[in-house]
Amino acid sequence: MEFKTFVFYFLAVIMVFAALRVITVRNPVHAALFLVLTFFNAGGIWLLLQAEFLAVTLVMVYVGAVMVLFLFVVMMLDINLDRIREGFWSYLPVGALVGILMLIEMVMVLGGRYFGLDAMPAPPAAQAGYSNTRELGRVLYTDYVYPFELASLVLIVAMVAAVALTLRKRKGVKYINPADQVAVRREGRVELVKMSAEKE
Amino acid sequence: MEALLQPVAELFGPSWPAVWTLIKIVAIVAPLMGAVAYLTLAERKVIGYMQVRIGPNRVGPKGLLQPIADGVKLLLKEIIVPSGANKGLFILGPILAIAPALAAWAVVPFDEGLVLANVNAGLLFLLAITSMEVYGVIIAGWASNSKYPFLGAMRAAAQMVSYEVSMGFALICVLLVSASLNLSDIVISQGQGRFHEMGLSFLSWNWLPLLPMFVVYLISGIAETNRAPFDVVEGEAEVVAGHMVEYSGMTFALFFLAEYANMILVSILTSVLFLGGWLSPLGFLPDGFHWLALKTAMILFVFLWARATFPRFRYDQIMRLGWKVFIPVTLIWVFVVAVWMMSPLSIWK
Repeated sequence: MEFKTFVFYFLAVIMVFAALRVITVRNPVHAALFLVLTFFNAGGIWLLLQAEFLAVTLVMVYVGAVMVLFLFVVMMLDINLDRIREGFWSYLPVGALVGILMLIEMVMVLGGRYFGLDAMPAPPAAQAGYSNTRELGRVLYTDYVYPFELASLVLIVAMVAAVALTLRKRKGVKYINPADQVAVRREGRVELVKMSAEKE
Repeated sequence: MEALLQPVAELFGPSWPAVWTLIKIVAIVAPLMGAVAYLTLAERKVIGYMQVRIGPNRVGPKGLLQPIADGVKLLLKEIIVPSGANKGLFILGPILAIAPALAAWAVVPFDEGLVLANVNAGLLFLLAITSMEVYGVIIAGWASNSKYPFLGAMRAAAQMVSYEVSMGFALICVLLVSASLNLSDIVISQGQGRFHEMGLSFLSWNWLPLLPMFVVYLISGIAETNRAPFDVVEGEAEVVAGHMVEYSGMTFALFFLAEYANMILVSILTSVLFLGGWLSPLGFLPDGFHWLALKTAMILFVFLWARATFPRFRYDQIMRLGWKVFIPVTLIWVFVVAVWMMSPLSIWK
């Protein structure tokens, strides 16, 4: 067996196991940590596909930022497992439908030769000095610059909306402006009074 | 060298590349651990002198064996796992703290061609690996099942995610001007330009044209490693020692090693990205690893100096500095550098 194949199966087995544990483990914090493991192994598999930019971005964004905040929230919540399990049977049909759809898609991808995969030949091997990052950047900022900018605009609108919806102005908060604090001078705070000593 | 290694390589057969890589890893990690040990002594000495004390001077000549004594003490101490703690994660926490701190060294170039993995996406790899450092702290804080560690973990999560953003933007400026993600190429690209031809190489390094980014990166680096004055994660006056409250013996030592290894990493990266790595500051002096070591030591001294000088930030002020000062400054500077590079005044042609 080629070493690369071994690495693939190694990553894939851990990934599938971790993904299974995400939905079977009882403790939500453990589930989130298994999801982190899944993302990390997915990043490894993308590296094998020579998509190093996407792999590193996956680790950086999902493992390094999204899941940290996710854990932050999950750790703070007091989740009642019995309450969550109550709705299992009523949600099952929806979940099963999504699962079956994904199964069909995977069958179509894996059994590609029965569905006309020949129309899409495998891409030529990358030559030496090929930089995934450079190629992605070139495509994103030349051919697809308008869709790309549009997507970023949609994202920023979503961000502003999320902040605006959850922002509430609380009254009676003793907020101190740091600029004022820094601008404080001795003259504004201390007053030296000169007076003669007093007798009782 | 090649001829010397040939018989050894034949001895190991096909497993030789793995063995050779392992040897290289040991050659990086062993001196690193030594540097970590003596950094703790340097810290206590430097802060001691700054506070007009002597610092440790009892173990060995001039206190030079103090780190060894500390290490032995921590090795021999019992590891206590609190009864309500989540045992597996409690042990996993310190391991996850030290693993990224060591893994990041794979792409650090020490001299021309002297790097464990000379990968093209080195800078990206660093960003990804350093973004995982926070897990050790969060998992430790949660698994301890105790209030102060948990508060420390929450603080760590918010602080490290915030400062990673400004750090990332500072790195974007660096890769813009050097047009490469490879750390060795970034160093080499700093050794050119008008000042370099005049023999004043230190003026052609990235720190001068990217001065605001240099400052932001250094301060964010201090915040990322949870060092004073940004050490609210373990602030002893507020949350006792944060995520490390329940740890003892080697599990505690791992957090300690990770913190100091990260300090050295941030310092060496600052030297590589902004201070020209192994390049010599003046034209007539030869380049070499000793310059990198010297620059790293200087920045490490700044770390210690800052710790001895500044009082701890308040938590909300840390958040304000990260989000309201650094991120706007870095965002604008990315834009300024991009326009500068496209203009006829560009110095990076």
